[in-house]
Order: sequence, then C-alpha cells, then structure tokens
Amino acid sequence: MKKFTILMSVAVLALSSGAASAAEKIKIATEGAYAPFNFVADDGSLQGFDVDIAKALCEKMKADCEIVKQEWDGMIPGLLAKKFDAIAASMSITAERKQKIDFSEKYYNTPAVIVARKDAKIAVDANGNPTDEGLKGMKIGVQRSTIHENYARAHFKDSEIVVYDSADNANLDLVNGRIDARMDDILALQEGILKAEGGDDFKVYGKGFVGGELGEGVGIGVRKEDTKLRDEFSKAIQEIRADGTYKKINDKYFNFDAYGD
Amino acid sequence: MSFDFPLIWNSLPDLLGRGLVLTIQLTVLSVLVGLCLAVPLGILRASRNPWISKPIYIYTYVFRGTPLLIQLFLIYYGFGQFRWIKSTFLWDFLREGFWCCLIAFTLNTAAYTTEILRGAIQNVPHGEVEAARAIGMSRFTVLRRIILPQAFRIMLPAYSNEVVLMLQATSIASLVTLLELTGVARVIIARTFAPYELFITIALIYLALTYGIIWLFKKWEQHLMRHLGERPADAPQEGALATR
Amino acid sequence: MFDLKGYGHLLFEGALVTIEVAICAMIVAIALGLVGAAGKLSRNPVAHFVANTYTIVIRGVPELVLLLLIYFGGTVLLQTIAARLFGHEEPIDINNFVAGVLVIGFVYGAFATEVFRGAFQSIPKGQIEAAMACGMSKGQVFWRIKLPQVWRFAIPGLGNVWLVLLKATAIISVIGLPELTRQSTIVMNPTRKPFTVFLIAAALYLIMTAVSDVFRHRFERRAAAGIRQI
Repeated sequence: MKKFTILMSVAVLALSSGAASAAEKIKIATEGAYAPFNFVADDGSLQGFDVDIAKALCEKMKADCEIVKQEWDGMIPGLLAKKFDAIAASMSITAERKQKIDFSEKYYNTPAVIVARKDAKIAVDANGNPTDEGLKGMKIGVQRSTIHENYARAHFKDSEIVVYDSADNANLDLVNGRIDARMDDILALQEGILKAEGGDDFKVYGKGFVGGELGEGVGIGVRKEDTKLRDEFSKAIQEIRADGTYKKINDKYFNFDAYGD
Repeated sequence: MSFDFPLIWNSLPDLLGRGLVLTIQLTVLSVLVGLCLAVPLGILRASRNPWISKPIYIYTYVFRGTPLLIQLFLIYYGFGQFRWIKSTFLWDFLREGFWCCLIAFTLNTAAYTTEILRGAIQNVPHGEVEAARAIGMSRFTVLRRIILPQAFRIMLPAYSNEVVLMLQATSIASLVTLLELTGVARVIIARTFAPYELFITIALIYLALTYGIIWLFKKWEQHLMRHLGERPADAPQEGALATR
Repeated sequence: MFDLKGYGHLLFEGALVTIEVAICAMIVAIALGLVGAAGKLSRNPVAHFVANTYTIVIRGVPELVLLLLIYFGGTVLLQTIAARLFGHEEPIDINNFVAGVLVIGFVYGAFATEVFRGAFQSIPKGQIEAAMACGMSKGQVFWRIKLPQVWRFAIPGLGNVWLVLLKATAIISVIGLPELTRQSTIVMNPTRKPFTVFLIAAALYLIMTAVSDVFRHRFERRAAAGIRQI
C-alpha cells in the first residue's frame, strides 16, 4: 500500500516534468528584490534592468524565454537542480561561484560602495572610501551569499557584519537605524535608499570598491555542462552592445554606461 | 551524494558555541517570562465575569489566530514605520533583533499558556475546592493552596508541548538576522554550499533538545505525582502530538 | 496610513494563495495521516517502525529547518530516485508551491497520524467483532465499518490540525511562494509601511481563522448527528 503510494507520487511528478520540458523553453530566474536591477512592480510582474537585458538577449537568440522568480538563497541550488536554465539576477562572476556554475561574459560592472548616514563620522581614504579603521565597531548590513558579504567579511574585520535574506530588508533596517552602514552595488543603494522615503539623511561614501572578492562584473549564470547556452548568451550580449539595444535599456535606468570598461 | 563529515566537525564550534547558546537563551527567557504573564492572565481568564475574561480571550484569540512570523515581523519591521517611537526609550529595545524576538515569542507563548492554564483551572475537581472552602479557607488561599497546584499538575503535559513548540519556533529568529542555530547554519551554508550536511546536523541537535525537554518534564511529572502511589498518572499516551 | 501606493491588491492575492496551499497541504496531511495511523496500528514491525520514526522526527525538528532541507535538498534526492527507478533523466520540477504543500503536508501529516490513530481506537471493538462474525474480510471491515466511522471521531482533531496548518503556511514565504506573508514582505519595501502591511496581513489571517472556526463547529455538529447526546 505504502510502496504503491510512493510509486504513484513519483510517477505523477515524472509525468508533469515531461510535459514541461517538451516546450523547449529557457527559464531564466531573477530575484525581484534588488531594484533597479530586478523588482516586483505594483501589478506583481518582474521588472528591472536584469529582466530587460534577459528579454533582449532572448530576442537575439530567437529563444522562447520565461522569467521566473527565485529567492537569492536558492539561486545556485535551483539552477543545479534544473528548476530553471539561467540566472539573470545581478549575480557577479566570481572564482568561488565558478566552482559550481558557469557564466556568460559580463553584461554590467559597477562598483560596490558603503552608504551610511550623512552625519556618521567615518574616516575615509584618498578615494573617499571608508577605511577599515573608519568602520570599526559599526554594524554593516549585507545580503547573504553575495560578493558584498565576502568583501565585508574579508576587509572590515573590526565591524559586525549583519546578513539579510534580501537587499530590500537590509535597506529598511538601515533607514530604521538598526544598522550603521550598508555595503552593496552603488546603483542598488541609490535606488533602494537614497531615492526612497527617508533617504535624504544618507549618502554614498567614496568612489567605491572593485576587483578582488567583488569579482569580474555581472554575467548570466548557467550550468557548467550548458556550454552552448553560455556561448549563445555571450554572443547575444555582444550583439545588443553593438546594435544599440543595450544603450536603450541602459538609458532607461541609468545616466551613465553601466557596462564598465 | 557524498557527505562532508569534516565540514560538520569544523562547523560544530560555531553551531554549538554561538547558535545553540542563543537558541537556548531565547527559548528559556521567552518561556519563563511568558509563564509569569500567563499565571495571572489564566486565573482572570477562568473568571466567570465576562468583563474580566473576555478582554483576555481577545488577546489570546488574536495571538493564537495569527502566525508567529507575522507577529515577529510586525514588531521587528512594523514599529520602524513610526518616527516618534524611534525617539523614545522603546527604540533602545526594538532596535535590537534579540529583543524583538523575545517580545514576540513571549507574547505568543503567554497567549497559549494562558489558555492551557484556564483549561486546567476549570478541570480542577469541584469537590476539592468546596472542601477547602468548607474548612474555612479564604478564596485567595484556595487559589494558592488548592487550585493553582492542582491546575499546574493537570497542565504539565500540555505545557511541556508548548515549551517544545517554542524551542522550534525560535528558528524563525534567523529570519530577522539573529544568529541562533538555524541562522548560523545558513551563514555556513552560504559559504560552503552544503545544505544537507548543515541542515541535517542542526535537525539532530533540535531533535536532541526536544526529547531532552520531554524527558525533563516526564521526570517532573512523576515527581509531582509521587504521592498518588501506584495509581497510574493520567498523562497522555506515549508520543502524542498535541497541536497548538 | 493605509495608502499602499497601488500595491494593496497583492496582499489579497497572497491570501488566496495561502488558502490554496493550506487546502492542498491539508489533503496531503490527511492522506499521510491515514497511512501513518495504519502503520502505527499495524502488527507489521517495519510499518510500525517507519510510522513511529516519522512522528518522532517531525515532532523534534522545526518546520523551517525541514522546509529548507527539503527545498534545497529534496529536488536532487527525488531526481536520484527517479533516475534509479525509471532511468528518468529529465529534470523534475518541484516549484515552490509543490515544495511548500509537501513540507506542510508532511509535517501536519504527523499530527493527523495521531488524530487518526486515536480515532481508529475509538471505534467500538464490538462492531468490528460483529462484522468479522458476519464473515466480512479484513478489507471489508476497513472499508465498511472503520473508514466511515473514523471521520466522526477524527473531525474535532482534524479541525485543530487545520487551524494550526493554516498559520504554518506563513513559513513557506521563506522559499518565495507568493502567499500572504511573502507578499507582505514584498509590499513593505516600496511602500515603506511595514506596520500597516503586517497589520492587514494579521487581520486577513484572523478572518481565515474565524471563518474556519465557524465551519469547524458546523462540521463537528454534523459529525455528531445521529449520536445520542449525553
């Protein structure tokens, strides 16, 4: 009786998966909590720079794509478990992640910065970036499993690193005064804190950090064995850079070229 | 599927030294404070005067009728909406995730414990109360010497369940950045991509804690029932799962 | 204070998803509960052991940990099983709805197991003996005598399980299912009104609980119909 039930349920799952794969769709996951790169609009749809880029790439690849929502924590496990086929969620290309998955070439690269209250007394270096000493004893909020968490843990050893499930929740806690500073991508912090309600009291400290733990820019994540898909994405990125599609999307969100050099 | 045992071994100091300690702190503090609140509330809730019992029923109904997670988020994120709160002493507590968890957990467990105690008080045999009144005890003395000790004995099995559920509920503290057992595990998983190893390890730790608590309450119950001699205790059956 | 900048409807849509998940999970829980109770009451040592382990583990591990374990680990496990059994290499897609339903159903299946065990034991022995004496087989006794009656004894307990299960679905927000709690955390950010948002969410949960309470009383009365009231 029991064995039969298990067999039945496995069979049902197997059937449903067969139907899903027949359509040959590329499922692309994004988070929806990282404005302006990806967020949930008031009609409940997924939007943002990542989403627009992903759609443009699919158009170039003449592929039938579906954007799905996935919590950040489950991105890489979900990709490996074939819940979806690609990640377009502002995921930076790092050596650590490359042990598990593969990436297309980068589609944007912007610096990481510290945001804190304007009146916070933080010592800065020549670039205006906060020094390790300047952040001593402070609570710095980062999103779990991000380059920013890794960077903060490696460099700001005298600070308390507080990890959040999503960037949105960390932003809210900074505005509420539960943490002293946030480390994240400059554009995400501008959108999530400075432009949002209560953001007037905050500012970006310095020009920002690049390289090292922060990786080589943001790419589309794919499974290691899907080399063909990876190359198609890379080629499509080149194409939208060349034909002006990228610039159009870029200008919709930013007033400078997010691609970097 | 291979299992990374050295990873588990290396994670144990963090899991036990930090995570477990905070888990136990949260559980013990919220259960103790919750019980202190529940005793007067439970007595009043058992009152026959609706003007006394109804308001307390509303409190317990609201806290038992909504998810603990929503209560926690309401306290943790919600109060930040009001600027005036941030300029009062309240914010010194609400600013800390630890206090938000403690407040939410305490109010929640107090609501359940109040109802458990009310049920127990109403199940104290009438004869005992009448006998005590007959030999001239005052109402307060009856409450203190007869009703409460009896009610406590009656409620113990249900209460041990409440403590177990509270222990497990502390895992949601990880959702508001606290590094208790589940929180520490998730930080390590983010670094090592080893969900099986860590989650199974903490599952075993929770399992051990749960049955430790159940065992302690069993011993306590036997201690309280010892004067009843050979009569079997009217405890629920082995392994019964009470729901909240 | 109550202006949610056009995001308010997401909360109501979330409440609908909560109800959907809860109903599906309850069906899973009842099915598992019947199987579990059969295992616990069975004289087969293996079935007995499996059913006992199930309830012991569920009682000892927080839902959140089980949810994360099954969500992050379960897919890979299922795929391995499917590949071994059927040589099935296609990806198995457990979306977060299915994962949530399975986890909540699995957890509350253990609670339902205890409810059904008690209910089966409440069926008067005399009836079963009488049925056997009439020459009914064991299967006939189960389908004709036990199953129709077990509901009557199980309904109060199941009503309780339902109320707890309904609130437990909030935990599925962690894996991103757009139910009420998840939608609340989404809406709180653009609106910056977390208090308002969670207050509305709490009210919606409370309404669901209150409505369930009404139905529970009605069901209990119907289940008790035809039984002499003492």
